[in-house]
Amino acid sequence: MTKRLFALLSVLVVASLALAACGTTPPAATEAPATEAPATQAPAATEPPAAGPVGTLKIVSSLPMTGSSLTQTQTIVNAMQLRLEQANYTACGGKYTLEYEAWDDASAALGKWDPAVETENANKAAADPAIVAYLGTFNSGAAKLSIPILNQAGPLTMISPANTNPGLTKADKDLPGVTDSYYPTGVRNYSRVVAADDIQGKVAANFVKSLGATTVYILDDNELYGKGVADVFEATAKEIGLTVLGHESIDPKAADYKALMTKISTSNNGAAPDAIYVGMVVDNNASQLLKDKVAIMGDNEKVKYVGPDGIQTQAFIDGAGADVAEGAYASVAGVPLDKLPPSGLQFVKDYEAKYGKLTEPYAVYGYETMNVALKAIEDVCAAGGDPADRAAVNTAVFAIKNFDGALGTWSFDANGDTSLTDMTFYQVQGGGYVSVGTFK
Amino acid sequence: METTKKKFNWRGLGVSLLVLYIVFLIGPIASLDVPSIVTAIKANPIQLIQFLIIGISNGAIIAIIALGYTMVYGIIELINFAHGDVYMIGVFTSLTVLSVTGTLDSKDPVKIALGLILALVVAVVVGAVLNASIERLAYRRLRNAPRLAPLISAIGMSFIIENLGLMWAAQAWLVPSFGTTGGASQKVFPDMLSVMFNSLGQDVNLLASSGLPLRFTIKDLLVIILAVSLMIGLYLFVQRTTLGKAMRATAQNRDAAKMLGIDIDWVITATFLIGGGLAGAAGLMAGLYNNTAWWFMGFRAGLQSFTAAVLGGIGNITGAMLGGFLIGLLASFSDGYLSTRWTNAWVFTVLVLILLFRPTGLLGEQTGQKA
Repeated sequence: MTKRLFALLSVLVVASLALAACGTTPPAATEAPATEAPATQAPAATEPPAAGPVGTLKIVSSLPMTGSSLTQTQTIVNAMQLRLEQANYTACGGKYTLEYEAWDDASAALGKWDPAVETENANKAAADPAIVAYLGTFNSGAAKLSIPILNQAGPLTMISPANTNPGLTKADKDLPGVTDSYYPTGVRNYSRVVAADDIQGKVAANFVKSLGATTVYILDDNELYGKGVADVFEATAKEIGLTVLGHESIDPKAADYKALMTKISTSNNGAAPDAIYVGMVVDNNASQLLKDKVAIMGDNEKVKYVGPDGIQTQAFIDGAGADVAEGAYASVAGVPLDKLPPSGLQFVKDYEAKYGKLTEPYAVYGYETMNVALKAIEDVCAAGGDPADRAAVNTAVFAIKNFDGALGTWSFDANGDTSLTDMTFYQVQGGGYVSVGTFK
Repeated sequence: METTKKKFNWRGLGVSLLVLYIVFLIGPIASLDVPSIVTAIKANPIQLIQFLIIGISNGAIIAIIALGYTMVYGIIELINFAHGDVYMIGVFTSLTVLSVTGTLDSKDPVKIALGLILALVVAVVVGAVLNASIERLAYRRLRNAPRLAPLISAIGMSFIIENLGLMWAAQAWLVPSFGTTGGASQKVFPDMLSVMFNSLGQDVNLLASSGLPLRFTIKDLLVIILAVSLMIGLYLFVQRTTLGKAMRATAQNRDAAKMLGIDIDWVITATFLIGGGLAGAAGLMAGLYNNTAWWFMGFRAGLQSFTAAVLGGIGNITGAMLGGFLIGLLASFSDGYLSTRWTNAWVFTVLVLILLFRPTGLLGEQTGQKA
């Protein structure tokens, strides 16, 4: 009898191994239908009269394109391609041909970004000498894995459109040495065009207080990003006098959260809290969490529901249902699309002409990362350097100051963080996100 | 089943020490804080009943899916990993039926009721046919192959069906409420039951008049009624009908059953048909109860149901039901009094402990004697 039990358990172990192994299938073979990278789209006829291209530079992006985040990442990839098309897939006055590939760092086995796939992507990029820029990642937890690999490969510069975990660039005084450990060569090679969560979490806590809430319950998805922003929120909330009734991580694959929400509904001395803050991305069952919250505690007017940029996507609203999501808030770094500077508005116009209505907030960040990559390549050329030299491109990225981009005029600091710190809050109204105010 | 009596039970001592270790050492890490749990129960004893209700409703769905695992394992000793995904297809099938028939937009209780019954029938048929086709395509040829071969084949089928769900969820022309956000995101399964009983579409709390702060909605009631009647029906079917008897015979000894003239292939197909049909029904129930359709939902549901089947004693139909309810309750209490994050850890801790004391599960395995 015991033998049979062992057989069963070993079968289970084998099964989980097999599932894990399936998670490492090459990212190219995914079912994201519209992510065909125009890698072979050479600028044939429109070639400038100068000499033909002397070389090919490759830019890759690594974003989760299997799972709910696809709604957001697809627009990022579209925007990156748009920027390349505007550059005619050439750089340095036609001397170099640009190639772009959109890699997927998610796997069907996990349904969201997969550590194994992201590591594989980073290693693949490190090994391909034609690659001069690695655009990604979407999830901070994924960035933590690929930064050290790319750091030792040149360093290969990595520009993220969406990572907001502060620890990736800024040392945390409670965790000495952690940030530095991402950069084994000591040279910084990671930058991001989006403001980090030390700003997002703080602004969110102040925002919740401004809604009139005095008690708040905090949930997170236990990822580097989600827990990170929730921790900053908690610390700030306590500072500004909000009562934090509890802070716990959820199981992101559970069928429902009715029991959890029942517990929270009496956590404020038998009553429901004034607000719930959720630090998570939409892939981690964010819509289900909101559904059960509304089922147990009523609409989002009664108990406010606030989250970070990970849930500011149409997929979150569609998943929960427009009537259930009505009134929920989410913050995103930057200004609303219609408040962008002229070059940003032009981007929105061009994007919508090609891909249709743009509602997702991260497309413009995707555009800006490609902008930065191209700018760095051009700068290297202009200085007489070799744009195929990874270290030179990386140095040029960090040298970007007062850049007139689609997000406004901004600079990178020595850590690779942007000088833009605006944070906009959006509320679900009538089935879509509507901006309700920009804060600093 | 049989345990030999020994003079001193060293194994029992070891197991007890392990239990103590888990409770005292790992317990606090996984927020097993007994005093605070006692305080929480004392402060709000009625909430305990609420967690019980949530646990039973969730457990009912798990139990129905677990039946499919346990039946298949009982008869061909294969863990059908694709079973959870058949359940997911059941969710999408019923949602599509509700959408195509216009039930989603209707407020007429009669029309909704008819739509739901049709959705149930179609989901059961689709689940049954899908599950039987999987057996025909992926398992039958491997029936006499080493055990790992059909297992890997099952994992492959699971991936294929998950991707089918991913594609299905992108077909907004079929179900307009899928929206334009692609197949990967979660979709809404509208709360048709509440609309049926309440024109405002709010949850109907059957205990509202009692004045207690308890929620027992029409959804809970329906899920439990449907689950229990399906279980009783299945139990009677297996115990009382000729086909049921043939299934039990095949499970006990395939070769002997064959010699007695039982059409083994048909019996196995029938087992898969019934299991798949139950998964389809569970899909509609879960859709109505949790209001979500998601391509990935079959994976976790499958894992939990499989655990339930092992907990109750794999191959044992009553055991699967018991295991399902037990896991539902365990998860609900863990969510309520411990921490959601550790719920799975506790579910599997209990599984390990029960298997240590009773290696064949709570009610004992019912699989064939090795020929």
